[in-house]
Amino acid sequence: MGSYITFPELFIWIPILAGIICFFLKGEKSPKIWAILSSLLVLAAAVTSLFYTDDTKYATYNNVNYYWMKEIGNSFFVGLDGTGRILGLLTAIAFPVIFISTQKNTYKNTSAFYGLMLLTQGGLMGVFVAMDALLFYFFWELALIPVYFLCSKWGGEKRIQATFKFFVYTFAGSLLMLIGIIYVYQHTPQRIFEDGTVSAHSFALNSFLNASLTMEEQNWLFWLFFVAFAIKMPVFPFHTWQPDTYDQSPTSVTMVLSGVMVKMGLFGVIRWLIPVFPGATLQFDSLVIILCIIGIIYASCLAIVQDNIKKLVAYSSIAHIGLMCAALFTTNEMGVQGAMIQLFSHGINIIGMWVVVDILERQTGVKNISQLGGVAQKAPVLTIFLVIIALANIALPLTNAFVGEFLMFSGLFQVNTWYAIAAGISIILAAVYTLRMIQKVFYGDVSPAAEVVTDISFSEKAALFVIVVLVFVLGVMPQPLIELTKKAVNTFLATVN
Amino acid sequence: MSNIAKLVWLIPVLPLIGFLVNGLFRKNLSKGLSGFIGSSVVLASFVLSVLVFMQVKNGEVLNIHYFDFIRLSVLNIGFEFKLDALSALFLLIITGVGFLIHVYSTAYMHDEPGKDFARYFSFLNLFVFSMLLLVMGGNFVILFIGWEGVGLCSYLLIGYWFKREDYTDAANKAFIMNRIGDLGFLLAVFWLIAKVGSVNFDEVFSAASLAKLSATDITGITLLLFVGATGKSAQIPLYTWLPDAMAGPTPVSALIHAATMVTAGIYMIARSNALFSLAEFTQTVITIVGLATALLAASIAIKQNDIKKVLAYSTVSQLGFMFIALGTGNYVAAVFHVLTHAFFKALMFLGSGSVIHAMGGEQDIRNMGGLHKHMKITSITFLIGCLAISGIPGFSGFFSKDEILAGAYGHGPLLYAVVLFAALLTAFYMFRLYFITFTGKFRGTHEQEHHLHESPAAMTIPLVILAVLSVIGGLVGVPEALGGNHMLARFLSPVVPSAGHHIEHSTEYLLMGLSSVLVIASILFAWSRFKNYTGEGDAGGFGKLLQNKWYVDELYQATIVNPLRSISGFFDRIIEKKGIDGFVNGIGKAVSYGSRQMRLVQNGQVGVYVLLMVIGMLVLFIIQLFV
Amino acid sequence: MDIKAYIFLSLTLFTIGIIGVLVRRNAILVFMCIELMLNAVNLLLVAFSKMHAASTAAKASASYAADAQIFVFFIMVVAAAEVSVGLAIIVMLYRNTHSVDINFLNRLKN
Repeated sequence: MGSYITFPELFIWIPILAGIICFFLKGEKSPKIWAILSSLLVLAAAVTSLFYTDDTKYATYNNVNYYWMKEIGNSFFVGLDGTGRILGLLTAIAFPVIFISTQKNTYKNTSAFYGLMLLTQGGLMGVFVAMDALLFYFFWELALIPVYFLCSKWGGEKRIQATFKFFVYTFAGSLLMLIGIIYVYQHTPQRIFEDGTVSAHSFALNSFLNASLTMEEQNWLFWLFFVAFAIKMPVFPFHTWQPDTYDQSPTSVTMVLSGVMVKMGLFGVIRWLIPVFPGATLQFDSLVIILCIIGIIYASCLAIVQDNIKKLVAYSSIAHIGLMCAALFTTNEMGVQGAMIQLFSHGINIIGMWVVVDILERQTGVKNISQLGGVAQKAPVLTIFLVIIALANIALPLTNAFVGEFLMFSGLFQVNTWYAIAAGISIILAAVYTLRMIQKVFYGDVSPAAEVVTDISFSEKAALFVIVVLVFVLGVMPQPLIELTKKAVNTFLATVN
Repeated sequence: MSNIAKLVWLIPVLPLIGFLVNGLFRKNLSKGLSGFIGSSVVLASFVLSVLVFMQVKNGEVLNIHYFDFIRLSVLNIGFEFKLDALSALFLLIITGVGFLIHVYSTAYMHDEPGKDFARYFSFLNLFVFSMLLLVMGGNFVILFIGWEGVGLCSYLLIGYWFKREDYTDAANKAFIMNRIGDLGFLLAVFWLIAKVGSVNFDEVFSAASLAKLSATDITGITLLLFVGATGKSAQIPLYTWLPDAMAGPTPVSALIHAATMVTAGIYMIARSNALFSLAEFTQTVITIVGLATALLAASIAIKQNDIKKVLAYSTVSQLGFMFIALGTGNYVAAVFHVLTHAFFKALMFLGSGSVIHAMGGEQDIRNMGGLHKHMKITSITFLIGCLAISGIPGFSGFFSKDEILAGAYGHGPLLYAVVLFAALLTAFYMFRLYFITFTGKFRGTHEQEHHLHESPAAMTIPLVILAVLSVIGGLVGVPEALGGNHMLARFLSPVVPSAGHHIEHSTEYLLMGLSSVLVIASILFAWSRFKNYTGEGDAGGFGKLLQNKWYVDELYQATIVNPLRSISGFFDRIIEKKGIDGFVNGIGKAVSYGSRQMRLVQNGQVGVYVLLMVIGMLVLFIIQLFV
Repeated sequence: MDIKAYIFLSLTLFTIGIIGVLVRRNAILVFMCIELMLNAVNLLLVAFSKMHAASTAAKASASYAADAQIFVFFIMVVAAAEVSVGLAIIVMLYRNTHSVDINFLNRLKN
C-alpha cells in the first residue's frame, strides 16, 4: 500500500508546489484563480480524508515515514490524528474562504502575494501533520517566513515597525524552542531504522515522549517550549505583537494569522508541550491557567476601549485564545475536548469577523469605530452576517462557539471554581465590546465615511455564507466534531494522567 | 410514542420556519403575507400545544430524545424535550398570548416599511421559538439555549429602531445585564456537572443525585440559578434593563417584557423546585430579594409619567411577587401568578399601545387625559386589567395574589404585612395611571385631540380576548376556601408540590377581606387625587428620589460602568503601551543603544585596535594560567 | 641546549614586536615589528620541532623530524607574499597621502 500518496503529503505538497508555480504566473487575474483552485483542491483532499479516519483500516492513507537524515535519527514522518485532522480541515477551509472573500482586493505584484500565501498554507499544514520534532520546527519556520514578507511588503503604513516586532518576537520564541528540541533530542533513546541504520538519538514524536528527563530538566524545558507557543498564541504577557501586526497586515494575511496561525501555538501545546513534559505540566498548570485568565480579562478590557476595529478583534481573539490555552491545561476531558472544538470554531468565526472588517475597510477606507456608523442602512445583508458571526464569536447557544466554550468553562470549573468565575467574567465583557462595536458601526445614523458603503458582492456573500452555515451546523450538531477528535483527546489525556 | 409526541418537534420548529421565511424573503413579502405567516405559525403551535396539554393533563410526561447534542465519556447532553404539566401550561401561555400579540402587531406596526415589517415578525417568531425551547427543554442546557435565545431576541427587538442611539443603548443594556445573570446560570450548570455529572432534569432531580450534593452544593447551585433568574426576570440588582427595554415596539413589551420572557426565571425555579426546596437559605434570599424588588419597583412606578415605564415597573414589581411566592415555597402560586399576570399585563401593555397609537406616538401621560371618551374599548379593557392587577375579588389577579399573600402569611404576619403594602401600592399606581390617562380633560395638543380614534379591530379583538381572560383566568385556581378545588394545583401536582402551609379557612377569609378592603381604599385614594389631574410641578424630596428611580442607574454608572471604562483605559494607556510594550520595546532600544555605544570603540585608530588585541591576548593568558 | 633559551629569545623578540607595533606610528616600522613577531613565533616553532624530534627520535624516521621545519618554510613564503602586498599598500598610501603615519589612516571610520 505504500505506493499511495497519503493525505498529509497532499496537504503539504499541493500548496507548496502551487505556491512555487504561482510566482511565475503573470497578470492580475491568473494568480488569484490559481490560488483559489489549488486551495479548493486541498479542501477536497481534506474533506475526502474525513472518510478515512478509521486508523485500523486506513492507517496507510494517513501516515507516511520517509528516511531523511537517518544518521541523526530524523525522518520525514507525517501523519494525521484527530488534532492534526481538525486543524488541517480548518486550514483547508480557511484558505479558499480567504481567497474568495478578498478577491476584490488588489495587491501589487499579485503573483508573489498569492505564491507566498500558498507557501504559508503548506507550512501550516506541515506543522499540523508533522510527527517529528525537527520536521515540526522546519514547518514552523516555513510558515513564519512567508508571513513576514507578506506583512512587510503589502502591509499598512507602519508595517515595517509592526512586522519587525512580530518577527523578532516569534523568532525569539522559535529559537528558545529550538534549544529545547535539541536538549530533549539528546536525551531520547536510540533509534533503529528498518534498514539497519542506528542513530544515537531521535527526533520522532514517540522518542520525544519517551525521553528520559529529570523533573528539574522538565521544569525549565517546559518554559522554553511554553514561551515559544505562548508568543505564537499569544498569551498574556507575550501578546503585544499581535494587535499591531493584525492592524498593519493586509487583511487576508490577518485572517491567516488569527484564524489559523495562532492555532499553531495551541497545537504545539497539545502535541508537544504537555505530552512531552507531563510532570512539569502538573507542576505549572495552575500558574499557566492563572496567566491565561489574567490575559482573558485583560484583553477583554482592552477590547472595550479600542477605537480601531481591527485592534478590537485582535484583543477579542487574544481573550478567546487565552481561554483555550487555559482549558488545555485543565487536562480533563471536558476542558480539552472543548478546546479542541473551539480550535476549529474560533478559526471559522474570527475569519468571518475579518471578512466583514475587510469589506468595511476596503469600502470606506477607515477602520475607526468613531468614524463609522449606520452601515446597517447601507448594507443590510452585510449587517446580518456580521451580527450572526459576532454573536457566534461571543458564544451564543446554537452557534459553534457555544459548545466549545461551554465545555471549556465546565472543564475549568472542575479544576477550580474561581477559575471558572474569573474566566466567566469575560463572557460579560465580550458582550460589552461586541455589542458596542455593532452599535457604533452598524446602527445609528449614517456617518460621512459610511456614505460610500454598498452591500456585499456575490463572492463575499458566498464566503460569508459558508462561514454562517458552518456556524449553525456545528452549533446544532457538534457531535461529529467531537467524534473526530475524541481519540486524540483520549490519547492526550492518557499521556498526562 | 403517541401520535402527538411525534409532532412535538413542530411546536418550536414552526415559529423557526416563520422566522426563516420572513427573514430571508423580507424584501419580497407583502406586509399582509408576512403578518399572516408570522401569526399563523404561532397559531399552529398553539393548536399543537393544546393537543400536548390534553395529552399531559392526566399526569403523563412526554420525554423525547432527538439526538445527542454533546456526548463525552463523562457527560451526555441530549437534544431532548420534556413535556409535563408545567411546560404544557407555559406552552399555552406563550403560544396563546403570543398569537394574540402577533395579530395585534399586524395592525400596530402597519406604518413600518415592508421589509422592516417582515424583520419585526421574523424576530418575533424567533423569540417564540427560543421561548418554546426554553420551556420544552429536557435539560438545563436546552433550557439555557432558549434562555440566551430569548435574551438575544429581546436585544434585537428593543433595538428594532436601530437608528436611535438611545434605543440601541437600551438593547445593549438588556443583553449585557442578562448575560450577567446567564453567567450565574452557567456556573450553576457547571456545578451540577461537576457534582452530579448530568444536566438532565430527571437525573438531576432524582433522589440519587440529590444525595450526592452537600448542603453547600445545593445552596451554591440554587443561589447561582437565582442569579440567573434575577437577570432574566428583572430582580434586584439586575432589574434596570427592563424599564429601559420599553424602547422596543409596544407589542414586544407586552409579549417579551411582560407576559413571557421575564417569567423564564420563575419557570426555571419552579422547574428546579426539588433543589430549591432543599435550600432554605436560598429561599430566604429569594423572598427578601423578591420583596425588595416588589417594593422598590412599586415605589418608582408611583412617580413615573411615561405610560410604558409605569407598566414596566409594575411588571418588575409583580415579578417580585412571584419570587416571594417561590421563596416561600409556594410554587403553584408563582406559576398561577405568571398565568394571570400574562393575561392582564399583556392586556395593559396592548392597551397602552393602543393609546400610544391613537396619540401618534406620545407616551407621556401628562399630555393625555379623558381618553375614555375617544376609545371606549381600550379604556374599558384597560380598566379590567387594572382591576385584575389590583386584586379586586372576582378578577383573576385576586386569586393568584391572594394565594401569594396567604403563603406569605404562613411565613409570618410581618412578611404578610409588607407584601400587602406592596399590593396596595400596586393598586394605587395602576389607578393613578388609569385616572390620569383616561379620565379628566384632554391635555395634549389640538392636533392630537383631532387625531384620537379607537384602534382597528386587529388591535381591539386581542384586547377584548385578553380582558375576558383577565376576568375569568383566575377560575382555574379558585382556592378551597371559596369552594373551588384549585384545578391548577391539581394539574401541576405531578411536577410542582403544593405549598406546605395550610391556614385555617376562617383566617383565609379574614385575609381576603382585609386585602380587598384595603385595595379598594387605595383605589379610592388614587381616585380622589387623580380624577381631575391637571399636571403637577417637579416633585421635590422623596418624590424626586422616586421620579429618578432611586438613582440606581446613576449608581451603577458610577460604581460599575465608569470604573470598568477607566480600568480598561488604564490597561490600554499604561500597562499595555507603557508597561508591556514599553518593556518589549525597551529591550530593543537597549540593544540598539548598547550597539551605538560599542560602535564608538571602532574609532579607526589602528593603534587602539592593536592595543585592544594585545590586552585581549593578555587576558586570555591570565585566564589560561591562573584560572 | 636548553629549550628555555629559545623560548626566552622568541618571547623577547615578540615583546619587542608588540611594543613596536603599539608605540610607533610609522607604518613601515609597524610593519617591521609585525614581521619581527612573526619570526619570533617561527623561531619557537623550529625550536619545538627540533626538541620534539629529538625526544621521539628512536621511533621516528628522518622525514618525521623535518615535518615541522617545513611548516616554517611555508610560513616564511606566505609572509613574504604578505609583505609584498603590505608594502605595496604602504607605497600606494604614501603616493596618495604623502604620509606613512598610521593614525592618519582612519578614513574608513566614517
